[in-house]
Amino acid sequence: MIAFLTAVLASGVRTGTSVLFATLGELFTERAGVLNLGVEGMMLMGAMTGFGVTWLTGNPWLGILAAMVVGGMMALLHAFVALVLRAEQVVSGLALTFLGSGLSAVLGSPLVEVRQVDRIPTWPVPFLSQIPVLGPILFDHNFLVYIGFLLVPLCWFWIYRTRQGLELRAIGENPAAADVQGIKVMRQRILYVAFGGVLAGLGGATLSLALTPTWVEGLISGQGWVAVGLVIFAGWDPIRAMFGSYLFGALRRLPIDLQNFARFRANPSIGYFTGMLPYLFTIVALLTVSIGDIGRRWGAPAALGRAYVREDRDA
Amino acid sequence: MTGSTASGTMPSGRLRLRLEARDQPGLLTHLAVSLLLLVAALLLAGVVMTVAGGNPLDVYRSMFGAGFGSKWGLNDTLVKMVPLTLASLGVALAFRMKMWNIGAEGQLLMGALAASGIALFAVPPDMPQWLALVLMAAAGAAGGAVWGIVPGWLRAQFGVNEIISTLMLNYVALSIVQFFVYGPWGERGFGLTPMFERNTWLPRLTEYADQWSALRGLTLHLGILAVPVAIVFLAILLNRTKFGFEIAMVGDNPDAARYAGVRLRRTMIIVMALSGALAGLAGMNEVSGVVHRLLEHISPGYGYTAIIVAWLGRFNPLAVAVVAFLFGGLIVGADEIQSAGISSLLQGVILFVMVSGNLLIRYRIRLREPETLA
Amino acid sequence: MVEMRGISKRFPGVLANDRVDLDVAAGSIHALLGENGAGKSTLMHILSGLYRPDSGTMKVEDRTVSFASPLDAIRAGVGMVHQHFMLVETQTVAENVVLGDRRLGFRMDPSAIRDTVAGLGRESGLDIDPDALIWQLSVGERQRVEIVKMLHRGARLLILDEPTAVLTPQEADTLFDRMRGMARAGRTLLFISHKLNEVMELAETVTVMRQGRVVDTVPKAQVSHRELVRMMVGSPVLFDVTVPPVQQGRKLLSLRSLRVENDRGHTAVDNLSLDLHQREILGVAGVAGNGQRELAEAITGLRKLQAGTIELDGFDVTGSNQRRMIDLGISWVPQDRQHTGTAPNLSIQENFDLKHYRSARRGPFLDRAGQSRRAAALLAKYRVAAAGRHQPVRLLSGGNLQKVILARELSTELRVLVAESPTRGLDVGAIQNVHELLMEQRSRGVAILLLSEDLQEVLSLSDRVAVIHSGRIMGILPRARAEADTIGMLMAGVVPEDMAT
Repeated sequence: MIAFLTAVLASGVRTGTSVLFATLGELFTERAGVLNLGVEGMMLMGAMTGFGVTWLTGNPWLGILAAMVVGGMMALLHAFVALVLRAEQVVSGLALTFLGSGLSAVLGSPLVEVRQVDRIPTWPVPFLSQIPVLGPILFDHNFLVYIGFLLVPLCWFWIYRTRQGLELRAIGENPAAADVQGIKVMRQRILYVAFGGVLAGLGGATLSLALTPTWVEGLISGQGWVAVGLVIFAGWDPIRAMFGSYLFGALRRLPIDLQNFARFRANPSIGYFTGMLPYLFTIVALLTVSIGDIGRRWGAPAALGRAYVREDRDA
Repeated sequence: MTGSTASGTMPSGRLRLRLEARDQPGLLTHLAVSLLLLVAALLLAGVVMTVAGGNPLDVYRSMFGAGFGSKWGLNDTLVKMVPLTLASLGVALAFRMKMWNIGAEGQLLMGALAASGIALFAVPPDMPQWLALVLMAAAGAAGGAVWGIVPGWLRAQFGVNEIISTLMLNYVALSIVQFFVYGPWGERGFGLTPMFERNTWLPRLTEYADQWSALRGLTLHLGILAVPVAIVFLAILLNRTKFGFEIAMVGDNPDAARYAGVRLRRTMIIVMALSGALAGLAGMNEVSGVVHRLLEHISPGYGYTAIIVAWLGRFNPLAVAVVAFLFGGLIVGADEIQSAGISSLLQGVILFVMVSGNLLIRYRIRLREPETLA
Repeated sequence: MVEMRGISKRFPGVLANDRVDLDVAAGSIHALLGENGAGKSTLMHILSGLYRPDSGTMKVEDRTVSFASPLDAIRAGVGMVHQHFMLVETQTVAENVVLGDRRLGFRMDPSAIRDTVAGLGRESGLDIDPDALIWQLSVGERQRVEIVKMLHRGARLLILDEPTAVLTPQEADTLFDRMRGMARAGRTLLFISHKLNEVMELAETVTVMRQGRVVDTVPKAQVSHRELVRMMVGSPVLFDVTVPPVQQGRKLLSLRSLRVENDRGHTAVDNLSLDLHQREILGVAGVAGNGQRELAEAITGLRKLQAGTIELDGFDVTGSNQRRMIDLGISWVPQDRQHTGTAPNLSIQENFDLKHYRSARRGPFLDRAGQSRRAAALLAKYRVAAAGRHQPVRLLSGGNLQKVILARELSTELRVLVAESPTRGLDVGAIQNVHELLMEQRSRGVAILLLSEDLQEVLSLSDRVAVIHSGRIMGILPRARAEADTIGMLMAGVVPEDMAT
């Protein structure tokens, strides 16, 4: 049983890493007061680009880099439409998702045939990976998982312990207050939206280069949307976002982990129900933070989704 | 945003542009700008296709030909238009109230599932066709409605974000359908159920070829009648009824609606139920009118396309139907060139360009110079 | 200190500033006096870098300046305390004070920031707790945070927009002391106000604005109260309401021991009891945020009661929802016209019909012909200036918006009217109009609960005046005994000795 749980948790950490990157990205975007529902589209483009560039160059790290650039560019498109042109953020984000799935399908169609590319290598941390239980869960992974480990505390530090973090929290809560203090609200929002896209692209490439090294249309299968939900579940906090992502990852891998049990092998249709779990988990996670006081304490950035224009007059 | 009093500046080189809100954009402005944007979108998508190594002109020509160029093309387009219109009208209804129901895909699947359940297990072969169809339609609507009520209730009662919950339920619905078509209802593991009995089929035009020979071979089914009925129903609901007025109030300002005594939760749940029911009917139409069985890929993403269609039609029932017709052709065209990717690329680009171009409808752009003072 | 020349600023439909000149002497306390909408705030937003003027020039400390953003203004030594505080509610006082300060390093040391801010508070005599979260603070405390914030950024000219609007008279006195102290220490203070008394008490120089233009700038010593009024309004009228004597009727609304919570779950209305009679205006005076809104929402059925009962004309209606209260004849003019009182993108006709549509006898259908007839009649009767009944209400001015709300609320079979700050932000003519409408309803037998922050208004309209503080009724005085001093004390939560029986 312990062996099984260890396997579930280890694969949870590994599988959850892609959604973790996307969640952290959306977390910064929303902390800055912008809602970007295009995460799914950005992840798809990231996954396709990462896979394609790796196939062309033979270097998965170049693939990762290209995915991040493409994710960032997609996000800039949203920033332009939603912030500069002030279109409705919900619709602009949806459009980005449609655009991403269409573009990745058309541009990625030759890649579907590709069977094998170099994946991001796995590197068991010397000594630490030998620790029973904890070793396999935490220290026997590919490099991207470790990057995730590093990124979470860095994000936390940035948000709560730096001057930039203070300004970030201000522009999402009360952009007018930040503006009169001389903070360039629009510029910072655009940068954070772009950063969110970079991380979403990374998340997509994590999937196509480390987890399931292939490219098929719609590879992300809703994980971008899960990321948007996990940001709410996490109460816009990177530490909680990490736990949420790994939990999601564990549930996502559960159908495969369960294959080890004869009882489940005998009845494959159970797989359809375990397959629902991560999505139901996202709904239940949202429900738990919506009920009662938690939602009040972990409230959304007050200006989330609202354009800020300085010369708007209170009539 | 404070509506028309909003104005602002965009730095643009050394010239400063000034946005001035139009009070009420006229229909003509709307049409002209939309047409312009459509052309821009086609050009942009063409650039992408060229990059991907295709010839956009050929692609567009064969797509247009396939969708609108012949009697057969129009037939196929209309067949696709039926589920698309129904689902889009459902989405538009919810959007009117600022309920972002993006779960039409799941609601459609659940409608298809429920209707199939009736067809497979509740309709004896000797049941009159009309009765079987009514039962299936009711089940389809109910299946979709349930899938709309759940997120509606979660939102109304607990404030759960409906964008996420409706979307997650799409995946849950797909898993449920897969379970049934591969499991208990399945036939030899191909992901489809056995063919339904004839009395559960929506009649096709070709069945009337004895009277009118021009109809021979046309697969368009009587489900098309649901389109005008749904348009009229929704137009009356939205514009002529007290409930429609409440939807308009909630959509514009929920606080004012509460203040005016609208029961917000009830309204939200009913709207989501109706929205889901329309998508569910679309699912019933597909199983009963087109494939006559339930299969995993019953929908090529009608529920997602419906979001775009609803938005492009500005949530106006008639306009939504017109856009649904055009998008039906788009899907047929994409089938013709055997690339679902092209279809979703075009949809994405069109929506994106229209969303950005909305600015041109809402605002006039003027050079910002000190005006002469009164 | 400041020299503004020929400043003009136009917003769609309004010329907010029309060739304005303004000179402010260094180290002085200067008042900018004018009615709502006179262009004072716009001018100050220009001086503090929030708006760009369409034309005109500015000098600060003899240097020509052109502010592209508030940052430029702060660098030039100009800081503004806005009427709606520009604070981040979820952050601490210390974080708010240092927000946007580029002198801070990349890494923030919370304890160092805390010490700096506490020190600054002590120096300036403004008492603040650097660790408190903004949303936990009272309005007076928030204002102190705003001032400290500007001092921290090195503001030599401090602009205050209506600084006393949300303060009790006693808090305002403390603020005036601190302002005089800062002026003595060499800072220049420029404050916006529409209240004559405080201008006369505090300012050394007064600039009066009306309809976007400067009427005159005068030393306070050389001008009388009466002359300032004339400059402000153009003619020396303030409130001219006749309260005709009427026979008070029977008790209509009776509130017993109400307890209501605000959105945060704190008690906002505490054990409150009131009786309201036919043909009576009961004024409720109080500083904003003392439970007025929650009280109004509780009576009108929008907010849940934690305890207590509500009786309407002898019947227990406790726990009824908004819909039932409307049907029972309780009308409500909410304070927030745009966010509560109207649906901005719906037409005037639809906003007239926001509640009334339910009473049409057409089953589930709307009575469209009846709607248009009613709209045309109301538009004429209430003289709403609009392009037509199909115009969206967001395009209406504040006064016309209020007319739409009043027309809707007063055109039903109402028995009780809850009116929240019904004249806030309106010009003199519109105020007069609203007051007349209230009086007309009073004569018709309606029981009116008038909740207003404008003490003058409460005193001139009410048959009885109740004072609310921290959600409790501090005292109820008949019109004859309602004097501004006593009420001011009560508003601050202090019961005068002669009342403490």
